Amino acid sequence: MKIKLGLTTAIIAVSALPALAEGTLNIYNFGLYTPPDLIEKFEKTYDVDVTLTEYDSNETAIAKIDAGGHGFDIVVSSAAVVPIYIDKGLYLKSDPNTMENFKNVDPAWVDVFWDEGRSYTIPYVWGTTGVMVNTDVYSGDINTSDIFLNPPEELKGKINVVPAMSDVIDLAIYSVGGESCTTDKEVLKAARDKLVAAKPYWASIDYASFEKFVNEDLQASVFWSGASMRIREANSGFAYGYPKEGFPKWQDNVAILADAHNVENAKLFLNFLMDPENAAIVSDYTGYPNAIMGSEAFMSEKLLAAPEMTIPAEFEPEAHFQRTCPPKVQDLYARIWTDLTK
Amino acid sequence: MGRSSEDHARVADTRRRWALASPALAIITLFSILPLLVVVVYSFLSPGDFGGVHWKLSFEGWFSVLFERDIFDDTVSLSDAHLTILTRSVVLSLATTVITLFLGVPTAWFIATRPQKQRAFWLLLITIPFWTNLLVRTIAVQEMIRSDGVFNRIMLGLGLIDEPIQMMFTNFALLVGMAYVFLPLMVLPVYSAIERFDFRLAEAGYDLYASRLYCLRRVILPMVRPGVIAGSILVFIPSLGAYVTPRIMGGGKSMMLGNLIEMQFGQGRNWPLGAALSLTLTALVLVALIWYSRLTGGGSRRD
Repeated sequence: MKIKLGLTTAIIAVSALPALAEGTLNIYNFGLYTPPDLIEKFEKTYDVDVTLTEYDSNETAIAKIDAGGHGFDIVVSSAAVVPIYIDKGLYLKSDPNTMENFKNVDPAWVDVFWDEGRSYTIPYVWGTTGVMVNTDVYSGDINTSDIFLNPPEELKGKINVVPAMSDVIDLAIYSVGGESCTTDKEVLKAARDKLVAAKPYWASIDYASFEKFVNEDLQASVFWSGASMRIREANSGFAYGYPKEGFPKWQDNVAILADAHNVENAKLFLNFLMDPENAAIVSDYTGYPNAIMGSEAFMSEKLLAAPEMTIPAEFEPEAHFQRTCPPKVQDLYARIWTDLTK
Repeated sequence: MGRSSEDHARVADTRRRWALASPALAIITLFSILPLLVVVVYSFLSPGDFGGVHWKLSFEGWFSVLFERDIFDDTVSLSDAHLTILTRSVVLSLATTVITLFLGVPTAWFIATRPQKQRAFWLLLITIPFWTNLLVRTIAVQEMIRSDGVFNRIMLGLGLIDEPIQMMFTNFALLVGMAYVFLPLMVLPVYSAIERFDFRLAEAGYDLYASRLYCLRRVILPMVRPGVIAGSILVFIPSLGAYVTPRIMGGGKSMMLGNLIEMQFGQGRNWPLGAALSLTLTALVLVALIWYSRLTGGGSRRD
């Protein structure tokens, strides 16, 4: 444990150092979410050294940034938590809406409830949380949350559930006919009971590595659309299902932090991301659609045709945009989650 | 006159001791006592809306460690989820200690009975895993026992089994992982106790017609007991707070205390409960340590 602590301190010390030098940029993003070739292109174009640090959940990121002394300039955060960042004064009001490339942003993603008119953030990519199934093993309907809530015989014991608390509980609430962030206790109880009853059929509740699916250690998962695409590309048996009972839709955003050391480079980076060609690189790597008009022209045929990129019209009404629940509801979610993972 | 100079000398001596101890005391205060105080204070505050704390006195955090208000009708009952996790942590940690004991004592005995020159080599082998990060070691164990892993592939290849045995994400996997990770902590103190053991005492036992088992029980074990107890404590305490191994080997389906605490500071956004749970863990460790000091202290008095 002591060794681990020492290492962490060393890493923090090292990552804090470059922030003082000139021509650097420190990015804080979800894991496996930043295309290496995009970073390289940015470094070459602007002669800036980029350091990328990754995190696993919005909560981790907020806690670290709120604590201060992190040395990051840029952070990527989900729409649901953007108001928390703004509320706590963690973002720099960098007015990306006045930047040169802002004209490329799809108007549908400009006047959004979490950042009206885009004074703090720019859109990164958006996606959905659904189910991913190996169709070589199970050939039934996969557009249902029954895949993990009432699993078919073929999949029992081979199912993973990502430990994204809100996404998983929302899926269960939709399946019993409720709404996200509901305070209706009957609905919450039904959702909890359904989750608890299904748990024995799950293999794990884990951010499972891609190779576990590719090697077919696991045959199904609650998963994100883009991540599913990347697995399908490695093992064509897998397919992504949109639960017809309802599923979360979310969007991630890029912002400059209030205590950034390299504000100018960070602004260059935001503008750089709103260039259609660069937005296409992001979609190509992550497997998610972006919000930059004209980026389709730079995407591969394969990507444009991917079923994970477009919500089928019949399921569109079932996509519910994810918000942050009020603290009271959050507490109920956390207790359901504890009951589930005890 | 003589008496006051004696007093004077004693005062000077005390002062010198305090001065000499002050760097250590300062470090302990700064890096151990103060952070612990922060945890204590936080455990009595109200949770902030999105992580963090509100500066408002509340006992809800401590209350929630053992009790829960029913989500649906607000009746108070013992928190089944927390008690399950607490019990699981203690039981799995005890099991880990017992497993490492059964594997560690014979290993330590083997090393201590090698010729002097070879011992360093064997000890080196024991400590090699420590050169690698805990996470890497845990993932290595996972590679051994997962469905498509080394063990299953060998068994399938030999035709001993027809389909892979599902071992990952079970308590078995968790125990294998924990025992592997903590084994050196058992071997080293036991080894140092056995090394000091005077084997002429065992010979004397045989000369007095003690059977091998009797000799082990009445002569050898009492002599190496401090090492065995130290090893057990060294394994039991970090097992209680283990976080990485349960998360990877247990598949996140069954939390241990460390995971429950992490959840309160992350997705649960309930820092006071997290702080109270952390202090509960500290208290459990304290109980183990008191038991340890009683056991060893009592032992030396009897001898």
